[in-house]
Amino acid sequence: MRKSFQSAAKTIRNLMSRKGVVFSVIFLGALSFLAIFADILGFDYLTQNLIESLQPPSAEYWFGTDELGRDILSRVVYGTRTSLVTSAGAVTIAAVLGVPIGLVAGFFGGWRDAVLMRVVDVMLALPAILFAMALIAILGKGQMAAMIAVGITGIPSFARITRAQVLSLRNRDFVTAVEAFGGSATYSMFRTILPNSWSPIVVQAIVLASVAILLEAALSFLGMGVAPPTPSWGEMLRTGKSYLYEAPYYAVLPGIILTLTILSFDTIGRAMTDFLEGRHELGDHSSVDAESEK
Amino acid sequence: MNSTGTNALRHAVKKSNTDAVLSVRDLTVSFLTNGKQVPVVRGIDLDVFANEVHCIVGESGSGKSVTSLAVTGLLPVTATVSGSVRLDGVEVIGADEEVLRNMRGQDVGFIFQDPATTLNPVMRVGRQITEGQVVHGQLKASAASDRAAELMAEVDIADPKGRVTQYPHQFSGGMRQRAVIAMAMSGRPNLIVADEPTTALDVTVQAQVLSVLLQRQKALGSAIILITHDLGVVAEVADRVSVMYGGSIVETGTVQDIFDRPCHPYTAALLRSVPRIDAGDDRLKTIPGQPPTPAELPSGCVFHPRCALGAGKTRCQTERPQLRAFASGQMTACHFAEEMKPDRPSTTARAIAQAERAEVKPLLEVDNIKVHFPVKKGILRRTVGWVRAVDGVRLSVRPGETVSLVGESGCGKTTFARAIMGLLDVNEGDVRFDGRSIVGLSRKAMRPVRRQMQYVFQDPYSSLNPVLSAADIVAEPMRLHGLFEEMGSDKRIAELFEMVGLSPSMMGKYPSEFSGGQKQRLGIARTLGLKPKLLILDEPVAALDVSIQAQILNLLQDLQRELDLGFLFISHNLSVVRHISDRVAVMYLGKMVEEGACNEIYENAAHPYTLSLLSAAPISNPGMRNQRARIILRGDIPNPASPPSGCRFHPRCFRATDICRSQVPELATQSSLKTTSICHHAGPLDPKEIALASQAEGGI
Repeated sequence: MRKSFQSAAKTIRNLMSRKGVVFSVIFLGALSFLAIFADILGFDYLTQNLIESLQPPSAEYWFGTDELGRDILSRVVYGTRTSLVTSAGAVTIAAVLGVPIGLVAGFFGGWRDAVLMRVVDVMLALPAILFAMALIAILGKGQMAAMIAVGITGIPSFARITRAQVLSLRNRDFVTAVEAFGGSATYSMFRTILPNSWSPIVVQAIVLASVAILLEAALSFLGMGVAPPTPSWGEMLRTGKSYLYEAPYYAVLPGIILTLTILSFDTIGRAMTDFLEGRHELGDHSSVDAESEK
Repeated sequence: MNSTGTNALRHAVKKSNTDAVLSVRDLTVSFLTNGKQVPVVRGIDLDVFANEVHCIVGESGSGKSVTSLAVTGLLPVTATVSGSVRLDGVEVIGADEEVLRNMRGQDVGFIFQDPATTLNPVMRVGRQITEGQVVHGQLKASAASDRAAELMAEVDIADPKGRVTQYPHQFSGGMRQRAVIAMAMSGRPNLIVADEPTTALDVTVQAQVLSVLLQRQKALGSAIILITHDLGVVAEVADRVSVMYGGSIVETGTVQDIFDRPCHPYTAALLRSVPRIDAGDDRLKTIPGQPPTPAELPSGCVFHPRCALGAGKTRCQTERPQLRAFASGQMTACHFAEEMKPDRPSTTARAIAQAERAEVKPLLEVDNIKVHFPVKKGILRRTVGWVRAVDGVRLSVRPGETVSLVGESGCGKTTFARAIMGLLDVNEGDVRFDGRSIVGLSRKAMRPVRRQMQYVFQDPYSSLNPVLSAADIVAEPMRLHGLFEEMGSDKRIAELFEMVGLSPSMMGKYPSEFSGGQKQRLGIARTLGLKPKLLILDEPVAALDVSIQAQILNLLQDLQRELDLGFLFISHNLSVVRHISDRVAVMYLGKMVEEGACNEIYENAAHPYTLSLLSAAPISNPGMRNQRARIILRGDIPNPASPPSGCRFHPRCFRATDICRSQVPELATQSSLKTTSICHHAGPLDPKEIALASQAEGGI
């Protein structure tokens, strides 16, 4: 699999030649760093200081304080954990279930394809947020419900993208070759086709990550996300909304972080799509052309 | 029309003087790749005169196509061009768009490789043919349709009036290319640039298209630049030839001189390395190494690393030779052209080990198999018909023997091969491998058979998994069968690499780092890992350059001798087949029409289709051009979903009679025939028939 790493490294080098992507990567990197090492770095999202409630941003409280006098910056940093963990979990669920569905449907075709893809179509018909609410009604409030809901609604896109990829690779000679050597169907699917299909699947994962973050925020905003006192961006927006006149920064600053996060994911996803499509069409000279186009 | 008048006048003036229609001086083209200027064309001089066909021959990467684009100002903006290109006295390089556009409409016509992509699929063919002239104001829109019909009639398209309003998808491949010729000729250009115009076509269709092209050129007196890699085509049509290698012209001269007395080592080596249809030679003399890529050109003479003449001569390594006059009308770019020894092509016939083989038990026996695909229609996907891709083929291959299956595209030869491999279901008939029937076996039951029977694919670019390293690719079949350790693991891989002429130091590389020929070697090494008895080779050299083809063919022959392999060799290239086969089977539209020993098929064929194929195939000997009788088949291969009644070949056959239309022929049994053929009128070719066949040709 060294080849995958080599080409991944090349892809990354190419992507980093775009300013937007560089900014997105730095932003997401910094955010993740803060979220992971929040405890060591001394962020404190719990300590209440009612005397200093709803303070504007200052040297001590960079993002100000909330109605209970808690540091908003700390809460944003810990909220990042909620967002990223939910989104990572959702993407994992969607990919682990969706990719094999697409592989089997595309590889065998026939009735398997028909049955699996109709199931996928049904999933596609579920409105994500309503489905999530229904799940929360069953599972109770919490991160898990949001994660599963977003994960399940993300299955169709993975299944479809994988299936399309399998269909285009299915009749390539190197796949037929494995069959001619006597390789099993499982071997063909997972060892031959899948390693050649990673790029669009990775792009889809990035796109779904931003959708998941947004959906988690929306659920929290409606009061159905993670239970307090665990901070979440959506929950901060909801509370902040009540203090929009006294303390506009309360809602606005977490909102900006949320927007930038989603924007960053989308920028990276779009750049990767452009690059991958360009490479498929133009062969090896694409890097040159892509650069001259800019 | 006034403009037509001036055109005619211009033509009259043109023909009266001997000035070149196109004159290229010191043309250099380079592309910016990875921040570096890469020279693709390196200073070439070229003159093309009216009434002549000038062929540019070269392997991939030699710069021949870029030259043709530069001549007409069609290069992409990323190219840097210098030098001078004068077309009808007008400088092309640096000319503004307006001048170029007028020039393209009136002075130059184009014919590209693939007629399927040259024509706009949503525009009526008639309109496309005259579009250029209408846009340039040479033709009134109201007269366009009649003119289109006239042009189509000139390129022998049957029912031109009806065809004018059809769309490209209603045309067959050969008809499309003839429509493209009509389009290119519509403005009566002085120069026609044809870039591999017949490479995408079958042999019999290629013969049709070339004859139409030459016929039209004679009528108009245009000059043609024909770019090709096929020396047979060159020998058939060229007046003069320029041979390109590594971005330069290395030799130029008349076609007769080039073929009889090549004065550049590359030309000489290239001619030697091509299998000939008119002689079953024993072993091809290859050119060692790979053609250079424009990014990494050798110093001095670009050919010196592969040249036998220049070996060890420092001048070749340091000084780049210029094109200089050698003999009258012949120019060479070689420092030591005078030292070249004239060489005769080897005519030692290949020993065909037939007598002793006859008793050996066949390895593979195919008994009258049929492979039909359902045609489904409607929302209920009901089967409304069957495509009879393979409809009764009988064949056997013995150990150490090469049996070739020849036929044009769509005749079912690849389907046949895949059905034998068990990759497709067989509807009827039996396939026996080593005496055991293998039809309808499950994937699991098939596994032990697959160890012994391996498949080599046509396209080495798509048959290797791009994410595996070369060593992993070769090891994959052994791993799949759980025999990797038993076979000797890494040692076995190194052994296989050496067996196919690859350095074991390349084991860690990925397919994208290999050249086409090396990839095909890798594809062969992979199949040998499990020590198979039979290789099914599906056009294994069709995607490769001429000089690389010879290397692979020699490799296959060596391996066969060493390992006593049986080969089922599938190809449309009659020269390659003659070179490598012991026995040959000819297929047409799913059915086998003739079978026999290799030499008998080539010398004493009895089936009219075989005779036509052989007659249509270009021969790399310009001297034969006018002496040879040619049968040019009418029309194209019919749709296998609705094959003609009776004998499937009858609509195109010059011997067809009533019985052919109604009755399916059986094996011809006359004892005078040296081959087995399935025909009502089997028999050797009578010279009178050729006259008859060509008369019929004139009628369509």
